[in-house]
Amino acid sequence: MGSGPRTIAIVGAGQAGGQTAYSLRQAGYEGRIVLLGEEPAPPYQRPPLSKAYLKGELEEDRLYLKPIDYYAEHNVELMTDSRVERLDLAAKTVELASGNRLAWDALVIATGARPRRLPVPGAQLDGAMELRTLADVDRLRPRMTSGARMVVVGAGYIGLEAAAVGSQLGLHVTVLEAMPRVLARVAGPEISNFYAGVHRAAGVDVRLGARLEGFEGQTKITAARLSSGEQIACDLALVGIGVHPNIELARDAGLDVGDGIVVGRDHRTSHPDVFAIGDCAFRPLVHYGREGRLESVHNAIEGGKIAAAALLGAPAPAEDVPWFWSDQYDLKLQTAGLSTGADLRVTRGDPASRSFAIFYLAEGRVLAVDAVNAAPEYIVGKKLVAAKASVAPAELADKSISMKDISARALS
Amino acid sequence: MPKITYIDNSGEARTVEGKNGMTVMETAIKHNVPGIDADCGGACACATCHVYVREDFLGKVGSPSAMEQSMLDFAENVKPNSRLSCQIKISDDLDGLTVTTPESQH
Repeated sequence: MGSGPRTIAIVGAGQAGGQTAYSLRQAGYEGRIVLLGEEPAPPYQRPPLSKAYLKGELEEDRLYLKPIDYYAEHNVELMTDSRVERLDLAAKTVELASGNRLAWDALVIATGARPRRLPVPGAQLDGAMELRTLADVDRLRPRMTSGARMVVVGAGYIGLEAAAVGSQLGLHVTVLEAMPRVLARVAGPEISNFYAGVHRAAGVDVRLGARLEGFEGQTKITAARLSSGEQIACDLALVGIGVHPNIELARDAGLDVGDGIVVGRDHRTSHPDVFAIGDCAFRPLVHYGREGRLESVHNAIEGGKIAAAALLGAPAPAEDVPWFWSDQYDLKLQTAGLSTGADLRVTRGDPASRSFAIFYLAEGRVLAVDAVNAAPEYIVGKKLVAAKASVAPAELADKSISMKDISARALS
Repeated sequence: MPKITYIDNSGEARTVEGKNGMTVMETAIKHNVPGIDADCGGACACATCHVYVREDFLGKVGSPSAMEQSMLDFAENVKPNSRLSCQIKISDDLDGLTVTTPESQH
């Protein structure tokens, strides 16, 4: 296939940017691909950074999405340590921090997101850390030694996964969450209560409704100070309170942005030759009839595949139901769908057995499922979400009816 | 080093050298073997690294864990010799292992 733009520049060499290059070459695209990454490493998987890699169970090169030889062999010009300063849509160039300019015929923005910073005193102290990149983990991990005291600010996926690793490595871990429950932004109260209990049983001090006022210390962090006046002594603090999408380059170039770079179903922005994918894209969520931003591997891979197809004028791959996972201790949480707007939650299985699922329904239809060590519930649940299937809550709650049978009845 | 052979849906075979401790999935990715997507990177969370293990190696690769078995139970085009390649760790015993990839992982 010789069609498509002559030069495709991809700004951002994370999972989404990498996938775009791989999909273009897999489809036979023969033009020039320049993949620009701010970090020193080639495209890599981020999920293990708060899981197996943080625990020290994986070497860095096992995180790489493709072996380093791939890029030369497939003529993908990977430029690491290359921060883009400006996009010029009229001249069709990107301007690098080095001062160099690169001309493109089509542009893919895959700039991802960056951790939100805490606007509190002491947030700059040595020992106050975040977790997004390999470099972050390489700074964090040497401090996570047995006996060290770690405060985790924010009980989202990242914070809880890091708390689990910390606890398993023998640290004294305190989790501070401003909301009345953990995972409040992403899961229902049953999941929140379950995970709070699991962490407490592992010795983690989980503080809910805790308001952090600041960190104490001269140059190194020594304590976290709560609004109650209480101080929690610590050697390090990990802040995991969500991310900001990196939309500034797009906004300054004049593209439509909101909570993300606004794109259509084909991931095209308000400029016909510019696409945006991954964490930074505000995209149609076709299973839910609205738009939103997703921060996930699924979204990164799918955006890369869809943008590559659009660039080559090929048929668009179908959108999958959004899916997520989280590994904590011996538990695998698998989520399909988005539970926002649910009017009913159905529990299947006993949380005490450490294998159960929560189905989220709206007007009788399955919106989402959270499955803990429950693969059948996850896989069938995902199909039910895709089909917007109506399933009787009593059937979902009845473990004597297998997920295969539920699937057969609901999807036939 | 153990040699692993991947046969794609069209019958094309690729033999690569594996490394003990790495998985059959990782080895495929490392050698740019097509037909294995491995979207989740080996977390046993996505079932996009499905392979069929040649019968003479079924005993040697062992049995799937409960989680893997559940993922397989609901994957597309499952056969008795289906496995998730992210859950098969390479060892000297697996020298000569041959797996076939399905037409599609999605």
